[in-house]
Amino acid sequence: MQSRISSWFWKSFLALTLAEIAFAGAQAQDLKSFEQRITTKVLPNGLTLIVCERQEAPVFSYSTFIDAGDVNDPSGESGLAHMFEHLAFKGTSEIGTTDYADEKVALAKVEAANNAYEAEYLKAVGRDEHKLAELEKAFKEATDEAHKFVIPNQFTDIAERNGAEGVNASTGLDETRFFWSMPENRLELWAWLESSRLADTVPREFYKERDVVIEERRMRTDSNPNGRLFEQFVATAYVAHNYGRSNIGWPSEVSQINATEAMEFHKKYYVGANIVVAVVGDVKASDTLPVLEKYFSRIPAGPKPEEMTTVEPKQFAEKTVAIREATQPIYMEGYHRPDYHDPDDAVYDAISDIMSNGRVSRLYRSLVRDQQIAAGAEGVSPYPGGKYPGLFVFFAVPLPGHTPAEMRDAIHKEIDKLKTADVSDEELAMYKTRTRADLLRGLADNQGLANNLAEYQTRFGDWRELFLQLDRVDKVTKADIRRVANQVFVAGNRTGAWIETAAPATTARKDGGAQ
Amino acid sequence: MKSLWSGQPRLRPIQVCAVPTLAAKAKTRRGWGTRGSVVKMFPIFALVGALLGALAAPTALHAQQNKPWEKIPIPKLHDFKPQQPKRIELKNGIVVFLQEDHELPFVSGSVLIPGGSRDEDPAKTGLAGLYGQAWRTSGAKLSGDALDDLLEAKAAHIETEADEDSTALSWDSLKGDADQVFSLALDLLLHPKFNAEKLELAQEQEATGIIRRNDDESGIAGREAAKLVYGANSPYTRQPELATIGAVTVDDLKAWHDRTIGGKLIVAIGGDFDPVAMEAKLRAAFEGLPPVKPAPARYDVFAGPAPGISFIDKEDVNQSNVEIVGLGTDRRNPDVPALAVMNEILGGGFTSRLFQKVRTELGLAYAVGGGLSFAYDHPAAFRVVVLTKSASTVDATRAALGEIDGMTTRPFTEEELTRAKDNLLNSFLFRYDTREKVLAERVRLEFYGYPADYLESYRVALEKVTLADLNAVAKKYIHPGKLAVLVVGNGPEIKPGLEELKLGPVHPIDITIPTPMPKRPEQQK
Repeated sequence: MQSRISSWFWKSFLALTLAEIAFAGAQAQDLKSFEQRITTKVLPNGLTLIVCERQEAPVFSYSTFIDAGDVNDPSGESGLAHMFEHLAFKGTSEIGTTDYADEKVALAKVEAANNAYEAEYLKAVGRDEHKLAELEKAFKEATDEAHKFVIPNQFTDIAERNGAEGVNASTGLDETRFFWSMPENRLELWAWLESSRLADTVPREFYKERDVVIEERRMRTDSNPNGRLFEQFVATAYVAHNYGRSNIGWPSEVSQINATEAMEFHKKYYVGANIVVAVVGDVKASDTLPVLEKYFSRIPAGPKPEEMTTVEPKQFAEKTVAIREATQPIYMEGYHRPDYHDPDDAVYDAISDIMSNGRVSRLYRSLVRDQQIAAGAEGVSPYPGGKYPGLFVFFAVPLPGHTPAEMRDAIHKEIDKLKTADVSDEELAMYKTRTRADLLRGLADNQGLANNLAEYQTRFGDWRELFLQLDRVDKVTKADIRRVANQVFVAGNRTGAWIETAAPATTARKDGGAQ
Repeated sequence: MKSLWSGQPRLRPIQVCAVPTLAAKAKTRRGWGTRGSVVKMFPIFALVGALLGALAAPTALHAQQNKPWEKIPIPKLHDFKPQQPKRIELKNGIVVFLQEDHELPFVSGSVLIPGGSRDEDPAKTGLAGLYGQAWRTSGAKLSGDALDDLLEAKAAHIETEADEDSTALSWDSLKGDADQVFSLALDLLLHPKFNAEKLELAQEQEATGIIRRNDDESGIAGREAAKLVYGANSPYTRQPELATIGAVTVDDLKAWHDRTIGGKLIVAIGGDFDPVAMEAKLRAAFEGLPPVKPAPARYDVFAGPAPGISFIDKEDVNQSNVEIVGLGTDRRNPDVPALAVMNEILGGGFTSRLFQKVRTELGLAYAVGGGLSFAYDHPAAFRVVVLTKSASTVDATRAALGEIDGMTTRPFTEEELTRAKDNLLNSFLFRYDTREKVLAERVRLEFYGYPADYLESYRVALEKVTLADLNAVAKKYIHPGKLAVLVVGNGPEIKPGLEELKLGPVHPIDITIPTPMPKRPEQQK
């Protein structure tokens, strides 16, 4: 879903001298045209609605953007925001149940049984294994009882039967998104479905879904060399901020999240002031807004959750992580950078573009084309998130026979060039041209546009920033790039992480059960 | 744009999703024959759920449920007739499509050329892929590097790529640069000068992919399962090795180009252009070429897998990738509409039998799904995939096999039929909701020789599928005894062991990457 990847990344892909002049007109025209087609409304509960009319075909796409992600997971509950996102597919008090009044009672029993089991399980002294087994049995009985009321997957069933396409959601560290596309005559049905699941979530089948999420962790992280490397990399780069924590959750934590915690997260973060809903497609604002208002007013009002107080302290020593295992080598390093509000935000995008966008980029030409030591090399930012100070990350994939150390040295040479000499006029112009062209290209996709409008509205308080950011892009100078490179790309601000190939540890393995 | 280097991680802000995305899986470029398939999803996460067994009770109570959503009015859909591109057949047989779209100031184009990896010399497997990488940098007018400089400064692209049955040249740019970019693309098409340096670069990239292919568990599973279906030496599954890519020379690339360029080219232009001027320009460029040569007939053999169970041990994982595979069919088969409905019920989405059973009811998987695929001109595969923790490998495999078996033993219900048809038909317009998609579909139909109104007749056929059709295709195409099972996972952790599945002896598969290294590309200079 390239176009749906957070626009933090997309931005870094956005990016002439002659054509720049030609564009100046197009840009103004564009923003103006969008201002005519976009209507926004803040409801009394604080929720912001954006409706963008685009009549190519009788369809629409939506994006619900919650300003909360796994960075907001309380201590000891890593993976909670993501767990809740899964819960939002499980139905409501009206959808997915044969009798909610009785189911509610049964779910309370499940929760009590889970708490009793966990309390015994976590006893440091005097855990009674017999009692634990009984409690496990009681828990299973309670879940079986609650399951009797469940009509599985009815929420998604209604959506899919009504033509929903691309039904999914994603949880990042910074945000949670829900999205799909649908035929335009289902707009009211969608508004009912979406507002229902946001306002009226029920912790149905929570513990089974937790197992599903743990399988997702095994797929993305545990059984994937890059997944393992990325998790160790951020965990090492951060000492205080939640950006250093496994986003899908540390195994011990995600396996012990309970439904009560998930519902508390919902109560705190799924309030009007924390939600923006954008709809793009064959819809008329005058007809659509009253319908959306009717349904989305159901979402509780509530204060905008307080911002996090933790600020990652300044790094004062270089850190490294070396993974030695029987997989192929990869090298990465990251430098702490400020958040997206920083006046230099566009300078980081310029560096990323010049270093790694396409076949003219410095890392490609140096490591891939000329030295022929890497299959690919990039410098991207921000990672792992952008709302709070993230990292500027370089990484390279060595060609057979080359080592992570060679990648590191070659990347450092390129970084030194940024520090000691100005980039060329052509490079800077290229960044600006590509940013504009890519922004334009993205406007022809309902889903991508909905995602971006909702994200920019949340992050800047105004969707127009999607276009206005080009002013900051235009202002980036060669001196800015040199200044920022000298400031940020220093050893004491660096965390390096790599995989180096080592022989497999087969001797430690016993005869398997597989065969 | 195609990634500069295939199969490698792109670093993006971390995010996790409710259901696996296509991007997260199935990077396998070759083997499954689903190119351009209209199957809604790649069969990793496919199907729809039947409410049987454990679900029977809730279904009975279902009637009492107050269903507020059914009271929400669904107005008539706005009238919509997708804009069809203009089709022009040149005197030499080359076909041109023009699809105007003036929303944004861009023009894009492509030339599709018959002949792809399935047509390469087995001793040079990987040739087409190398050609696809090296071709774009071989212009006579501009060196590859100068071309890159020029394009990037204009935020324009020219790309070349190879697929299983075709290669393609594509370009896109701002309207103002369209003439210049087109002339550069045309230069690559008509006067390429392949060079050793760029071939070497492509060989290094490809070698990296080969060396790394066993690091990716789902990649291993997909690749090896395809070999079980088609045979390891089939044109659809043979894999590039260091030796076979090392054997490719610049002369091979030239010969490949000269051979394929005489086929029936399909030229497609979309975007913000003047159709009269564009048609004149394309006629000037293409009408002078010699008459197209018909593609040679193919005589592929598709036997399907030997039933049984195979295992690949991977010690650095805690999750098994289970593939249950057989032979699929091709899209000309009149049973395809009924099979599409059956797929939806078996593994199409949140409500599919597989998803409901293995993920929702048992909590044994995050990624589960599958179905019987159809390619346009050859049988694709039947494929069901489950990813589950090592310890539940046997349980999850058994559950998935149970659902496959259930296709023939647990009769389909009216409710399942209606749901599957609703799912397929109500989202059908997403196959042509942009002019770009309409253009791509027409090119595909032209390429494989299908009628231009195929999509419409397919939709009508889907509407007509009955329960009797479903039961008939399930009996005809679902043969649990003919399926092969492949597990990739951590042997010692898989307890109970795979023998518990009673599928016969477990055949280990050796996936060691053949060495020695190919002769170094330098030696070719």
